[in-house]
Amino acid sequence: MRFTLSWLGEHLDAAESLERLSESLIALGLEVEAIIDRAAALAPFVVARVIEARAHPNADRLKVCVVDAGGAPLQVVCGAPNARAGMKAVFAPPGTVIPGTGLQLTRSTMRGIESNGMLLSERELGLGEDHAGIIDLDAAAVVGTPAAGALGLDDPVIDVAVTPNRPDCLGVRGIARDLAAAGQGTLKPRAMAAIPGRFQSPIGVRLAFSAETAAACPLFCGRYIRGVRNGPSPRWLQDRLKAIGLRPISALVDITNFVTMDLGRPLHVFDADTLAGGIHVRLSRTGERIAALNGRTYVLDDQVTVIADDDGVLGLGGVIGGEGSGCRESTVNVFVESALFDPLRTAASGRRLGIESDARYRFERGVDPESAWPGIEVATEMILALCGGEPSEAVSAGAVPAWRRSIRFRPARVQHLGGLDIPEDETLGILASLGFAVAGAGAELAVTPPSWRSDIHGEADLVEEVVRVHGYDRVPAVPLSRTARVTRPAVAPRQRRTAMVRRALAARGLCEAVTWSFLAARQAALFGGGDPALHLSNPISADLDTMRPSPLPNLIAAAARNLARGHDRVALFEIGAGYADTTPDGQSLIAAGIRCGAAAPRHWAAAERAPDVYDAKADLVEALQAAGASVEGLQHDTATPTWYHGGQAGAVKLGPKTVLGHFGVVHPRVLEALDVAAPLVAFELYLDRLPAPRARGSRMRPPLATSDLPAVERDFAFVVEQAVSADAVVRAARGADRALIVDVAVFDVYVGAAVGAGRKSLAVAVRLRPTERTLTEAEIEAVSRKIIAAVGKTTGGTLRT
Amino acid sequence: MTDADSLQTEVAALERELMRAIGAAGETATLEQVRVAALGRKGRITELMHGLPALAPAERKRAGAAFNAVRDRIAAAIAARQRALHEAEVEARLRAEALDVTLPPRPTDRGTIHPVSQVTEEIIAIFADMGFTVAEGPDIEDDFHNFTALNIPPEHPARQMHDTFYLEAAPGAAPMVLRTHTSPVQIRAMRAGPPPYRVIAPGRTFRRDSDQTHTPMFHQVEGLVIDRSTHMGNLKGCLEEFGRAFFEVENLRMRFRPSHFPFTEPSAEVDIGCRRKGNELVIGAGEDWLEILGCGMVHPRVLEHVGLDPETHQGFAFGMGIDRVAMLKYGIPDLRAFFESDLRWLRHYGFAALDVPGLAMGLAR
Repeated sequence: MRFTLSWLGEHLDAAESLERLSESLIALGLEVEAIIDRAAALAPFVVARVIEARAHPNADRLKVCVVDAGGAPLQVVCGAPNARAGMKAVFAPPGTVIPGTGLQLTRSTMRGIESNGMLLSERELGLGEDHAGIIDLDAAAVVGTPAAGALGLDDPVIDVAVTPNRPDCLGVRGIARDLAAAGQGTLKPRAMAAIPGRFQSPIGVRLAFSAETAAACPLFCGRYIRGVRNGPSPRWLQDRLKAIGLRPISALVDITNFVTMDLGRPLHVFDADTLAGGIHVRLSRTGERIAALNGRTYVLDDQVTVIADDDGVLGLGGVIGGEGSGCRESTVNVFVESALFDPLRTAASGRRLGIESDARYRFERGVDPESAWPGIEVATEMILALCGGEPSEAVSAGAVPAWRRSIRFRPARVQHLGGLDIPEDETLGILASLGFAVAGAGAELAVTPPSWRSDIHGEADLVEEVVRVHGYDRVPAVPLSRTARVTRPAVAPRQRRTAMVRRALAARGLCEAVTWSFLAARQAALFGGGDPALHLSNPISADLDTMRPSPLPNLIAAAARNLARGHDRVALFEIGAGYADTTPDGQSLIAAGIRCGAAAPRHWAAAERAPDVYDAKADLVEALQAAGASVEGLQHDTATPTWYHGGQAGAVKLGPKTVLGHFGVVHPRVLEALDVAAPLVAFELYLDRLPAPRARGSRMRPPLATSDLPAVERDFAFVVEQAVSADAVVRAARGADRALIVDVAVFDVYVGAAVGAGRKSLAVAVRLRPTERTLTEAEIEAVSRKIIAAVGKTTGGTLRT
Repeated sequence: MTDADSLQTEVAALERELMRAIGAAGETATLEQVRVAALGRKGRITELMHGLPALAPAERKRAGAAFNAVRDRIAAAIAARQRALHEAEVEARLRAEALDVTLPPRPTDRGTIHPVSQVTEEIIAIFADMGFTVAEGPDIEDDFHNFTALNIPPEHPARQMHDTFYLEAAPGAAPMVLRTHTSPVQIRAMRAGPPPYRVIAPGRTFRRDSDQTHTPMFHQVEGLVIDRSTHMGNLKGCLEEFGRAFFEVENLRMRFRPSHFPFTEPSAEVDIGCRRKGNELVIGAGEDWLEILGCGMVHPRVLEHVGLDPETHQGFAFGMGIDRVAMLKYGIPDLRAFFESDLRWLRHYGFAALDVPGLAMGLAR
């Protein structure tokens, strides 16, 4: 919402500085987006009179002018065809920067004639596109004064953002009322006498709605004015409209735009001679068309409020007028409309048809129901004043809808809810100055909001009005009471666990990324997602149209982008949601990570290698450990989802059913689909599947069990079939004597001729820890035999000889 | 000259000769030869000692003492020489083992924590100290939690397709939405148990917006305090404490401006003071203002939607952009880069793994 300082002054007696005014607006909740002081930008330019303009001796299209800019006469070379002696123009002295070109003006010689400045066109002054000639100022402009004044640009423009609950501030008067309530001046009274009609309106109005749709237009007021002279509106009106970014069109149209901005009261003026029969307001019929004032033609459904005559649709109620019935220069007789339209229907129609207009903007937020009649009178008064003519009696259909409502108000709530301790009479004074009627006395009052405050419904709204006008900055800040003397944990154990995983992965060299929660459906499908129920019906782009099954695909895509940027080593992770369905339970927390390119930075002491499945496994195991999972008890499995390499990936499970995570080389088909040229390893950890950490309970560690008896380590090399997993051998060995064997570690894997084709040798170190006495050689022998037997039994492995 | 005298002379000569040999021994092996030649079973001193019984008893005693003294001196000299040679040999070996220590050590890969995670933890640390706990809610929400319960009527512009992501609806069902704010967690928190409530809810939020300063996904943190007496003064107090702690500016200027949200009444937007110096932004100083959050007293209709009586319960809520305050605090220029996973950006703006924010050790280094 834009207005100028002098425009505000029409409604508000105030002598505040612009700065103070701006602060007050902000404090009232009318956020000042910009203050455009056009005069400041035009300060170097002054009004000059052209004393003489003669032809340039050396150039046909140039003139040599002598100008009076308030000092000694100056010679200026000018190329404008309209430069002539006696005119008043805008003069730029040497040294100024020309807004339209951005160039600094210098004293120069043009075709042998010295030029000491420049006479400017609209375009050169940055005011418009007109460059046909220099600006021809009004003859009354005073030589040597700032050009901004003569151009009508010395009135600062204030642009405020009005929140949707305050349609009353979509008119200058509403803003003035708020400022006055806050003590920034006095609202000027506004006398509004009904203008007597001189004859009966030849055009009648009728509301043609069913009982169910009657709310579409509760009231339609109109007046016929005959014998008007349309033409350009006066300078003051044009200046105001231009200042706020509206293009002056003709007096009749400018009047409607002015009243819309001045009072927040949209109007429409029909050329009465184009109307066929009376006006009726009704819902549109499917297929009806209208050529609107914006030059476009719209085909309507059956839900739009239309103003119609016997021939068809004249305009879309509350949205836009029609081209055919609009005012022209030649218009003589007019019919003025001031009506009420339903906010919801107006919004829906405007949205469906894609029409933005100042009228729609106001009607969809709610126009003051009591403003329809005054609107007619204001419009009539201005039309008579600017265009002449003779008014008919006003006509109307419908009635002002009921808007009065009483709200219980306890002034003590200002303190209890608003935290503001002010005297009750001040509270009531604020409400009165905003137009609220207060009845009753004591602790509970009855407050009726004014007709223009459709946003006020309850006590909390009234508290806001009082605190807002008094000033949010005057509410004392009171710290919250402490709930505990020493800070208690804010996060649940599960949330803490997530934080630990995040930091553990970063400590392992992976960089945390945050990627979109959505991706392309075809990519989701590669990772077991892409369920149509998880498609967005209005995605931002086709590449982001489906909720992701896991953070992994987006990480892989990120790796591809980083590789393309020249990174030779990419290690990323993300902890975020995967979505299996649209229910809250369908969302799960997944830690995913990838490594590709080199496993480590190139280094003189280490051979280069690419990350392999064991790097991914290490990441997963580390993450599990950080999450507090007991890694010892976990099971391994080679069954993995389709997006992993069938032979170089694995699953980590808690028991036979619960898969905690996957790791491995990502399937080349998937990498190809995601444009990743290099091999890539990944892991996914399903954090929600981990057993819930104990919320409370003992922090006590089990006692440390140590033994002074020497541990014994024995190495075994088993030859097994290739298909036998190391895990199976280790488990078998480990199970051979649960009491004595404390650790079994694989320290060598050998494949080659020495063990025969299709077989491998696994060397394990078995650590025995005696508990009661030092083991004898015979006892160690006995355990060894048990180990060999157990491995042989479960894996078919034999001792390598 | 007695036998003893000549023997003495011979011993003295031998001592000189041996001392010379010990001194001349350049390595332990040579020294060992000297030792064997002198003190070994057939060594020369040993052999001289064998000649003692031939002397007269008186002389024997005197010469014996002298010989012993010589033998001890020789032994001591050999031991000393042995230590010196060993030292020298170690020194020589170490010299031979010298390496170029200017070579780089084996690298340790350091990953980073994303600014969103880091700043979220900072925010949690501060609100934890004010008695808040962390609540969560799903990203995919139903209409009730995201809109209706928050007093956002069906015709509200926020519900229109251009602001909200909708999921494709099952036949006959209302479409689910991607939550447009973290406010639905207010509703979930209040429906999960009885008041009082003091919770924050950080998380992902989604709006159908994509330009210089907007991304279709971003992060918010919601705050909610409900009890019987919390008022707007407490809202200001709480957020002012937060602002000072988070931006680590003790006299941070904050401004509460009236605004409008369907789910709060009264409503406010909060600005922090700042100064722009070219491209640099100094928080807390200067005359400019930067909006950081929206807040207000929870609307009575929101309380009614979760079964609370606005006559007995009241409090405030706020919603703040995590990415936005991260940008302001750490001078990160472009929101879109947060989600591009560019390693250069992640390493530059990310945080060390062990840099865990906390109030006791300081929020940020």
